[in-house]
Amino acid sequence: MNESPETMMHSQAAPATTVTSASASASAAEAEAEAEAAPVSRGTLLETRGVYRSFGQTPALRGADLAVGAGEILAVMGPSGSGKSTLLHCLAGIYTPDAGEVIFDGRRIDTLSDAERTVLRRTSFGFVFQFGQLVPELTTADNVALPLLLSGVKRKEAYQKAASWLDRLGLADLGARRTGELSGGQAQRVAIARALAPRPRVVFADEPTGSLDSLTGERVMDLLIETARQENATVVLVTHDARVAAYAERMVMVRDGKVIAPAETASEVVR
Amino acid sequence: MYSRIVSVPLTLLGLLDRQPSHGYDLKRLYDEFFGRDKPLPFGQVYATLGRLARDGKVTAGEAEPGGGPERRRYSITETGRDEVESWLANPAEPEPHLQSVLFAKVVLALMLGRDAAHYLDTQRAAHMRRMRELTEVRRTGTKVEMLLADYGLFHLEADLRWIDVTEARLGALKEMVRL
Repeated sequence: MNESPETMMHSQAAPATTVTSASASASAAEAEAEAEAAPVSRGTLLETRGVYRSFGQTPALRGADLAVGAGEILAVMGPSGSGKSTLLHCLAGIYTPDAGEVIFDGRRIDTLSDAERTVLRRTSFGFVFQFGQLVPELTTADNVALPLLLSGVKRKEAYQKAASWLDRLGLADLGARRTGELSGGQAQRVAIARALAPRPRVVFADEPTGSLDSLTGERVMDLLIETARQENATVVLVTHDARVAAYAERMVMVRDGKVIAPAETASEVVR
Repeated sequence: MYSRIVSVPLTLLGLLDRQPSHGYDLKRLYDEFFGRDKPLPFGQVYATLGRLARDGKVTAGEAEPGGGPERRRYSITETGRDEVESWLANPAEPEPHLQSVLFAKVVLALMLGRDAAHYLDTQRAAHMRRMRELTEVRRTGTKVEMLLADYGLFHLEADLRWIDVTEARLGALKEMVRL
């Protein structure tokens, strides 16, 4: 039904998290985000309350309620056009809702200015999308170092961290390669490194294996989940692929713009 | 989740095609690779070997010191080897496993005016839970466990696709079964 807005979002969202973030500067907010200790409990970290969002006459979200626990790995499933990507973009402060609230770490983010949300995304959120989020003209190391440099990390330190992250993801030899020359699986591993290098509180992944074959996708998911767990990051994973969703600890469905928790009554498959 | 569909006699024959073995070794290999959820009882191993010997597919060696059937080494015959060869060369029946149960439940729920959508939701949740378990097995298990988990995951995924499509078509299906 709203296929085109969903498709459109993929291409728009990536620049919003990279290129435009270069223009904003708010070191106070960054320092504040840095000072926040990693959550110990599994209280709610991120939440939408009654969120509505339309694209022209097409409603994508119609009263979406969702709470994501700190450190949780959550899968958001649903058919194309169900509104699941719009929900992710609202949670991540990329879109502001037409109505309703988005709360991150106890404060509303839907009422923040564009610049404030840009800083929030850069300091607290990481993104892994299906494709398009890397800058193809830059090297692999440049791409991973970029969000660190934008956050004010010194050049030498940023590149050391980038190298260390590339090593963790099995890409140590590819630091000097332009990302436009990488395979799909390698590019997604770079995207994971880039998303996690600034130590975000939440990683948003939208169909992270959508353009990969099964085995490559599996490797990418293994690495994403493994590194996110090691970093104690919360993961919001949007996918229509049950095998990808099975990496999450919990799954919700988005249907007709609403979030539905699956019925958990069946204790086992009845033959 | 899926019933054991491996033929015990053919699997034991296959293992003997590898090398002549004692019943105990066959059981150990069988349990490790094919009967992880349901080990093969010793009684069944020797009963099966007995039938295979009767049918000329294996031969039992001389009883070794210690006596008893467990001290015999079994070897595959040409007939047995031909059977393994033919079994491996031919595709298995492409039989849908769980789908028939899911199908029957949905159709009956619709015929009886019950909440088929709710049933499909609970089934989806159960499938997802099992897929999470298998994904964990795949991530942390041995290569053999990984192979088995993959098999289960792909089949469950196929069921889930069917569940999704069926759920989207429930309205039309309801009309159909009430005719």
